[in-house]
Amino acid sequence: MATDVIMPQMGESIFEGTITKWLKKPGEKVERDEPLFEISTDKVDAEIPSPAAGVLKEIKVSEGQTVPIQTVVGVIDGAGGASASASAPAPAKQEPAKQETRQREDEKPAPASAPTKSQAAKADASAVGAQPSAQPSPRPVAATGAAAPPQRPGTEKVRSSPLVRRLAKENNIDLTQVPGTGAGGRVSKKDILSVMESGSASQAAPAPSYARPAAPPPPSGGQAQTVLEVGVPRERMYFGNYSVEPMSVMRQKIAEHMVMSKRVSPHVYSIDEADVTGLVKLRNQKKDEFERATGSKLTFMPFFIRAAVEGLRAFPTVNSSVDGTNIVFHRECNIGIAVALDWGLIVPVIKNAEEKNFLGLQRTINDLAERARAKRLKPEEVQEGTFSITNPGVFGGLMGLPVISQPNVAILGLGTIEKRPVVLDDAIAIRSMVYLTLSYDHRVVDGAIAHQFMGKVKHFLENWTESIL
Amino acid sequence: MAQVTMLEAIRQAIFEEMERDPSVVTIGEDIGVYGGAFKVTAGLLERFGWERVIDTPISETAIIGAAVGMSYQGLRPIAELQFIDFIACCFNQITNFVAKSHYRWGAPVPMVMRGPSGGGVHGGPFHSANPEMYFVHTPGLKVIYPSTAYDAKGLLKSAIRDNNPVLFFEHKFLYRRIKEDLPTDDYTVPIGKAIVRREGRDLTIVTYAAMMHTSLEAADELAKEGIEAEVVDLRTLLPLDKETILQSVKKTNKLLIVHEDTRTGGIAGEIAAVACEGAFEDLDGPILRVTAKDSPVPFSPPLEERFLPNKNDVLAAARELARY
Repeated sequence: MATDVIMPQMGESIFEGTITKWLKKPGEKVERDEPLFEISTDKVDAEIPSPAAGVLKEIKVSEGQTVPIQTVVGVIDGAGGASASASAPAPAKQEPAKQETRQREDEKPAPASAPTKSQAAKADASAVGAQPSAQPSPRPVAATGAAAPPQRPGTEKVRSSPLVRRLAKENNIDLTQVPGTGAGGRVSKKDILSVMESGSASQAAPAPSYARPAAPPPPSGGQAQTVLEVGVPRERMYFGNYSVEPMSVMRQKIAEHMVMSKRVSPHVYSIDEADVTGLVKLRNQKKDEFERATGSKLTFMPFFIRAAVEGLRAFPTVNSSVDGTNIVFHRECNIGIAVALDWGLIVPVIKNAEEKNFLGLQRTINDLAERARAKRLKPEEVQEGTFSITNPGVFGGLMGLPVISQPNVAILGLGTIEKRPVVLDDAIAIRSMVYLTLSYDHRVVDGAIAHQFMGKVKHFLENWTESIL
Repeated sequence: MAQVTMLEAIRQAIFEEMERDPSVVTIGEDIGVYGGAFKVTAGLLERFGWERVIDTPISETAIIGAAVGMSYQGLRPIAELQFIDFIACCFNQITNFVAKSHYRWGAPVPMVMRGPSGGGVHGGPFHSANPEMYFVHTPGLKVIYPSTAYDAKGLLKSAIRDNNPVLFFEHKFLYRRIKEDLPTDDYTVPIGKAIVRREGRDLTIVTYAAMMHTSLEAADELAKEGIEAEVVDLRTLLPLDKETILQSVKKTNKLLIVHEDTRTGGIAGEIAAVACEGAFEDLDGPILRVTAKDSPVPFSPPLEERFLPNKNDVLAAARELARY
């Protein structure tokens, strides 16, 4: 019995995923729940376990391809027989052929007048004839061990709606060229109307702003291109010796998000300095005891989170989001913590930090960071942040001016903690100091609020009274 | 002009029609001396006397049967079902006889069957029903389900003056909860015409009765998010005003149907079919429904609350549709 392997939905608002790696080859045996392939989505990267035991018979979606959720990406033959991998049975062949026919119908340019039935039939027949892949020769996909051939660009089925298809026909617009902004990349009414308004009806897609040179490789696939512009003519980047690597999906997402954030939020930066000599002493004293008692390493992060939460509660504007002309004030303090990964960056979120005690915060941080590095975060664990903290100090940075993680309106940057000479009661003293930076969205957070917020955070850090055990 | 409740508007319609036309009579349980379980018929007995305001035993079958007989004799009876749930007792008479009389024998039955319907008042499974769809499926009947005091009065007058049988559903949750100024002059509202209660460009909400108000509230909230919902109030379910529905769908390209009736076999399915047949190439998203769950109306207040569709349900569906 064959089992379809589908692209899972990794969270409520996720509509597509990219297969980054197949962990099994066609013909290989796989156990139920054994990792079968790796995916990358808007939110997380994850290993997907096999839905059944058997032999991976066919890979329908190859590495690097992005497909909507619920798409069949492969087939597992539950019988486990070796013969299954030798020849592809008829149904497997039938499916793609049918799909291709349907796609062609969608793409057929609209004739001036409605075609008669026989005309339409003829058009279909000739199209089928012209398509070598539709010839009924068995395709031994599994036997060769090769992944399914990637679809020709432009033949992917465009997700749209009856209205959009009618408008496309009436205005002679090629839907494959219209960037979709609807759910799951769907071409919506808004998208096609904006193309129609832009006047380039027959051209459809806004032409890229650069002439594509023949020599350099084309930009790798993915929707990122719509956001990530090229600042200078591309020719000027390719000179001398170079190598070109496509961005990983995560890299693209980060790039998109950063460009978007800088475009959407007017960033302002404030810098403050806190004397954390007391905290450093406290940590040195309690480090071992803390670890013995709780099994968790004691770090500085929970101190800063506690301080930030105090600041957020005193100045709720810093804990908000901007929706057009509305300000969404979040009652929860969900603190995103930037975690550096070898392959990028992810921001897991400590939910309801205002309800957690010191130990709870420390445990949550350790757990999230560990699972972030093991690619084991759940989608909801990187969502619904209301404020974020990043720690360039961990790499020795004196201070950093971070980019706001949307839809937050502020992000706190922590510099490295180091001993510095400071003036204390007209004497020069050696104190453990840290630079605190706040990047904030000036649409809603003014300097006055930001500095008061920072004052609160600083005061809390410098006058720590809470017990940590 | 005083603010008038929906209940008072209905009472005025009956009162004024009985004043206007001596052939109009009312018949039902406790409608005379007691003035009706909800006091819709209060004061009628004193004004029009026992010959025109007839109290009956507890037998809905007898009420409808007698009303049919009266209508054959030239009267225009308004039959009250104390709770519309019990109209089921008269299912055979209404669907097999009342609805077909004009067709089969050329004998129109100019009668109105009216009563309180709907949930939200903790009436439990036998006093909260929305049985409109049994009758919407019956050719030969007209089915009205108003949402405002103005419409209730104007449509009831149209129903009383109509030469064929009309079912008139009165949502009891709205009886005393909505008020508006009514014209003092005689007016009617045409049967079979829906009305656009709120203009919008992003999606259409087709609804009626109590859910009309829920939908309007949701639409106001959606507007704050930049989603402009058009709200179409059906007012009459049979005949259905397809023209107004299609017009709105062609304008907004998205359709959400909201009703308090249960989901399976509710009018949302019919409206979805109308939209597919008449505006398929104007649809920019799936047709969604917000309805009560497929269950009898629970008695327990928290369960009833869960059972009935509410503003948040409408908001969630509308948001989903808007972002589609």
